[in-house]
Amino acid sequence: MKSFEYASPTSTEQAVSLLAREWGQAEILAGGTDLLALMKDDIVAPRRLVNIKGITHLEGVSADARGLRIGALTRLSDLAGHAEIQRGYPALAEALIESASPQIRNMATLGGNLCQRPRCWYFRNGFGLLPEDETGKELIAQGENRYHAILGNDGPAKFVSPSTIVPALIAYGATLKLESPKGRRELPLEEFYRIPTTEAEREHNLQPYELVTEVSLPPAKYASAAHYEIRHRQAFDWPLAVAAVVLRMNGRHVQSARIVMGQVAPVPWLAQEAAQALTGKIVSAETAKLAAAAAVRNAKPLSQNAFKVRLARVAVERAILKAASGGTA
Amino acid sequence: MGNQYPKRGDLSRDASSRGGESEDSSGVSRREFLKISGASAAAPLLAGSLLAGSLAGESLVSESLVCGSTILAAGEVVPVYGPGPLPMEFSINGKEYKANLEPRVTLLDALRDQFDLTGAKRVCDRGECGACTVLVDNRTVYACSLLAIEAQGRQILTVESLMQRSALHPIQQAFVDHDASQCGFCTPGFVVACKAVLDKNPKPTVDDIRRGLSGNFCRCGTYHGIQQAMAQLALTQKT
Amino acid sequence: MPDYRWPDSEDRSLIGKRVPRVDSPLKVSGKAKYTYDVKRPEILFGKVLRCPYAHAKILSIDIRAAERMPGVKAVHVIQGPGSIIHWAGDDVAAVAAVDEVTAEEAIRAIEVKYQRLPHLVNDAEPPTDSDLARLPLGVDDINEMLDKGVPADELIRQIQREGVTARVSENELDELQTIGVNHAVLDAIRGAFVHPSGEVRRANYRKDPVQIQGEPEQAFAAADFIAEGLYGASAIAHCCLESHGSISEWTDRNHLLVHMSTQNVSGIAGQMAAPLRVPAANIRVHQDHVGGGFGSKFGPDRWGIAAAELSRKAGGRPVRIMLERDAELKVAGARPSAYARVKVGAKKDGTLLAWHSESWGTAGPGAGAMPPIPYVFDIPHQRLEYTAIRNHVGPARPWRGSNHSQAAVITMCALDDLAAKLKMDPLDFFLKNLALTGPMQDVYREEVEIAASLMEWKSKWRPWPKSGVSGVVRGVGFSIHTGGGRGHASDCDLSIHPDGSVEIKVATQDIGTGTRTIILMVAADTLGVPMESIALHIGDTLYPPSGGSGGSTTPGGVSASTRRAAVDARDALFARVASALSAQPEELESVNGTIRVKTDPQRWLSWQEACSKLGAISLNMRGRNPNRNTPPDLTGSGVGGVTMAEVEVDADTGVVRARKMVAVQDCGLILNRKLAESSCYGGLIMGISYALFEEKIMDRTSGQMLNPNMEFYRLAGFNDIPELVVHLMTGGKYDERGVIGIGEPPVISPGAAISNAVANAIGVRVPFLPLTPDRVLTALDSREQLLEKQPGA
Repeated sequence: MKSFEYASPTSTEQAVSLLAREWGQAEILAGGTDLLALMKDDIVAPRRLVNIKGITHLEGVSADARGLRIGALTRLSDLAGHAEIQRGYPALAEALIESASPQIRNMATLGGNLCQRPRCWYFRNGFGLLPEDETGKELIAQGENRYHAILGNDGPAKFVSPSTIVPALIAYGATLKLESPKGRRELPLEEFYRIPTTEAEREHNLQPYELVTEVSLPPAKYASAAHYEIRHRQAFDWPLAVAAVVLRMNGRHVQSARIVMGQVAPVPWLAQEAAQALTGKIVSAETAKLAAAAAVRNAKPLSQNAFKVRLARVAVERAILKAASGGTA
Repeated sequence: MGNQYPKRGDLSRDASSRGGESEDSSGVSRREFLKISGASAAAPLLAGSLLAGSLAGESLVSESLVCGSTILAAGEVVPVYGPGPLPMEFSINGKEYKANLEPRVTLLDALRDQFDLTGAKRVCDRGECGACTVLVDNRTVYACSLLAIEAQGRQILTVESLMQRSALHPIQQAFVDHDASQCGFCTPGFVVACKAVLDKNPKPTVDDIRRGLSGNFCRCGTYHGIQQAMAQLALTQKT
Repeated sequence: MPDYRWPDSEDRSLIGKRVPRVDSPLKVSGKAKYTYDVKRPEILFGKVLRCPYAHAKILSIDIRAAERMPGVKAVHVIQGPGSIIHWAGDDVAAVAAVDEVTAEEAIRAIEVKYQRLPHLVNDAEPPTDSDLARLPLGVDDINEMLDKGVPADELIRQIQREGVTARVSENELDELQTIGVNHAVLDAIRGAFVHPSGEVRRANYRKDPVQIQGEPEQAFAAADFIAEGLYGASAIAHCCLESHGSISEWTDRNHLLVHMSTQNVSGIAGQMAAPLRVPAANIRVHQDHVGGGFGSKFGPDRWGIAAAELSRKAGGRPVRIMLERDAELKVAGARPSAYARVKVGAKKDGTLLAWHSESWGTAGPGAGAMPPIPYVFDIPHQRLEYTAIRNHVGPARPWRGSNHSQAAVITMCALDDLAAKLKMDPLDFFLKNLALTGPMQDVYREEVEIAASLMEWKSKWRPWPKSGVSGVVRGVGFSIHTGGGRGHASDCDLSIHPDGSVEIKVATQDIGTGTRTIILMVAADTLGVPMESIALHIGDTLYPPSGGSGGSTTPGGVSASTRRAAVDARDALFARVASALSAQPEELESVNGTIRVKTDPQRWLSWQEACSKLGAISLNMRGRNPNRNTPPDLTGSGVGGVTMAEVEVDADTGVVRARKMVAVQDCGLILNRKLAESSCYGGLIMGISYALFEEKIMDRTSGQMLNPNMEFYRLAGFNDIPELVVHLMTGGKYDERGVIGIGEPPVISPGAAISNAVANAIGVRVPFLPLTPDRVLTALDSREQLLEKQPGA
């Protein structure tokens, strides 16, 4: 790990003014579970770490009629055990308890989870986020791409968005608050993510001098929700496919649906086609299957990952059925 | 170590750091710094001159890289540490420890190299295997993924804290009874992870145990012994 | 004549019992010091610069900048200009500095220029002979043809017709010229077509002579049923949790002290002597505990030599090089891959007739060997073909049960497919052919029956499903295995001191075998004193030498040498004290801390009283294994074992989970039942791990391993382990065979058993381990195209 200077501000204003104009100069240290590994592997080498854990008001969950507000510094284990989340947002609770390992959940923060870098093994081995060989050919398209993207992979980005929690958050309609020296902004969580087209870009819309401060969730009353993930190893492992489903019901009919897939594209993938296919329908094995098929209709597998199309479809199908059978949360 | 395989568009590596320039204690060469800050050599930026409003033209990384210096951020003085060593104090297993460490030193390396507490092992060094599991404020963490500087002022418990005089802790005794270690390299991490499971719930369910131990890995294949040890502990623990 | 025989079961106080591992308290408390934990005064930290290319020539190395860095105490070039690198991550240079980060920065400051050479990192099925002849030529191929004396005009013709794999530099041409290659050939090379995808070379493949037993062609013609299939297992890493490494220090100009993480304490000094130009007698090797070896830690390794060289350059200061995790997985050894197309034929009643295998695999830069197939079953008619792939995936090393687990997968899965084709329960098929397993057939019969009962096989086994499966389905499968285990050479010194204390010295190691526990049990049982009263010293070349812990040879070796030393020491003590008890020495026995007359237990001395009669000088005896002058042989070899697996397959996702595993194992005379069982549990767990998860994944473009970490090099976790049942064979006829180690055998069969269980669940063979979701789904999707699939492609 290269050396760095370390600052521990106590306010968001201080924190953002300690950041840099460009990526690579300063990094925000929250849980550190991802950042330290990236630094040890020389993938990032900031001159300064800004530890934000001293900004105590960024930690904690508050609930009121407008829903839930979660401070960016809230640790995943606290979140997983939070009564409001377990009661009102069961799909999120399940995504949390299934994520990573107890040690990681005890360290990692929600904000850090949203901003973690992809697990793509080319990226992690130092080949870059959009790796090419010397002749400019994409390494991943011709290489080991079994875990890579099946959707949103037309450009050079072939990695998959890593968070296993974000699909559930997006499905519940989460919004994100950000703060920078320029001020504050708020945006739907799905708009936070982007597919980079050059190596200079990151996979989210965070500015280098900007801080994620809060995630809010609208009330989820009368919603039926589920999180489903397919994992190779039952122990600590990255899922091969994740689906989160939130259904708003009108009697037995689906009034509206939000279906989000994870581990399938460089961004969390909002499956609009699947949601449309389900809207107005009664959830059954049949309609779930049709919606799941719609979710992956536009998938374009790479040379080794056609199996992921099936896994994504199965994950969506099972999540829909699970949400429907789980009843109103 | 990063990959030295040549690639296009690699921004993390900077040729100037190898250019044979003299480097200051920060490891940042003069030329490199100027490139970062966009300032001229004749007028080094003072920390305090970089306020939020000056964002447009300037990098916000200051030149004040000296240990113990401060930076004016949002109108307030914020201390900045490193990159050189600075004095740190820790509370480990109820005792106070002191060392001069750089901010980049992990808690794991501090425990092992500075304080000779070698129960926590360095195996993956990336938060993937659990061999370095310790308790910080009563929660399990991977000591390899926590900077020592952040562990100051917190209660750190390592596997070495479990024995009372020469008596093994009941978890340790159960591990012995059920032969839950072979080469033993993962064992201290597992012992600490098991303690966290039982601290949370003295009568853990099968799911509690499985979830609680999912972040620790063994190569020899001692999971069966660990499972037996936990089953016995769950029976005998007082609720 | 001393009676070294193992005591009868009723006379054993400790042997065969469930005695807790003596070093467990140290391990569970974190007090056990491994090499990685050793702190030496003034220690320096070493780091190794590794080549990023899989195949390259080093043109130049500039270490000046590194040497000048503050805190850097020594820089050592491991492979200098001109060296050829054969795998990504190979050692190039090493640095010792006052701390790790300085050493890391110094490594970055070393400038190396490489000439890249074409590499091959896949181990797909070799081209056929005729395809091979059309491959472009590499420099190695040209050299080989020159060595074989291929005439120049033929050489030129081939070069012109087939082209070359890469542009050959003028430097290399000069080298060829100096060895006498004529100008016309050099010109042909210069002008040759360079293949754009020239990584595959003729020299990458070496086909062994075909081995034939009986008359396979006629036997296949006579067979009623023939099954054909493709089977194999990927290259996997050892992934020792304590990485390879050492701390070396020169205590004076000619004496080296090495702390090393090794499974071969007594064998290291001899391997370090020549490269360091110092007598082996001047090298002391020490190790208290080792965090896993599994076959990968027998040598000092190049980085171990480098640590000693760095220490020499740094005035003797201790230099520690412990591999980082990525290097541990890239360069510290792997189990060779092995694949085969197998054709196997039987009569209607299931009688096995003929076997034909075309197998291949890679052991990296060295040519690997064919696994011992067909495994265990000596099928009467056989045709065996094997092609070794020499490539750039990295070096292979023995891996717990060398080559046996691959042989089990290839053989037991092929036989299972044949049983399915015959519509026979594989247990019946096995019993039908039991005689082919040779002298161990009675052991196997007994074991299979026990295993079947523990697994409830008869109620669980169903014929393969015929049509498509969906949802979660279950299946069962099994495999049998053997293994070596005869005790290795071992010398043991046992001293009885006049104060009654007992001391044992053996330069062995405890890699999880329970070596310490076994030695103490044997000595205590023989001497009639408590284990706690014996001081045991192992892990240091100051003590008598003992073999490396490989091939399951340690329990046999150390138990035999200890038994002999203890019997001799006890008998010598009897001789000294017999007169005090008014008896002959052979009338005495040593029980429960006393020496007494067998026929008159009222005449006794306490152990301390007896020892006080030794006078001032301690009694010392050396036991040695093997010792053919004084029978009997206390150890045996060749165990039999059976593994059964029950799995659950989600046919919609391809995810496989083990549901229950049964191991029934013979290991001759059991020294410590608890530890022997642990070895079986460990074997099952490690078996689940390589059956379902483990695989070295290589990038073809860069030639690098992509998963050199514990995130994507997946080991089975706690949650992946189902109910495990272990049964050890015991009784007189097993005791008679002596002590046989079972470090390896229990890990051999789980891969094959799990693969068979998956096939039983889904009705189709998943050809290769690990049984990953993508492979399972592919097998389900393309039953009919199965035979066209290739590994690694």
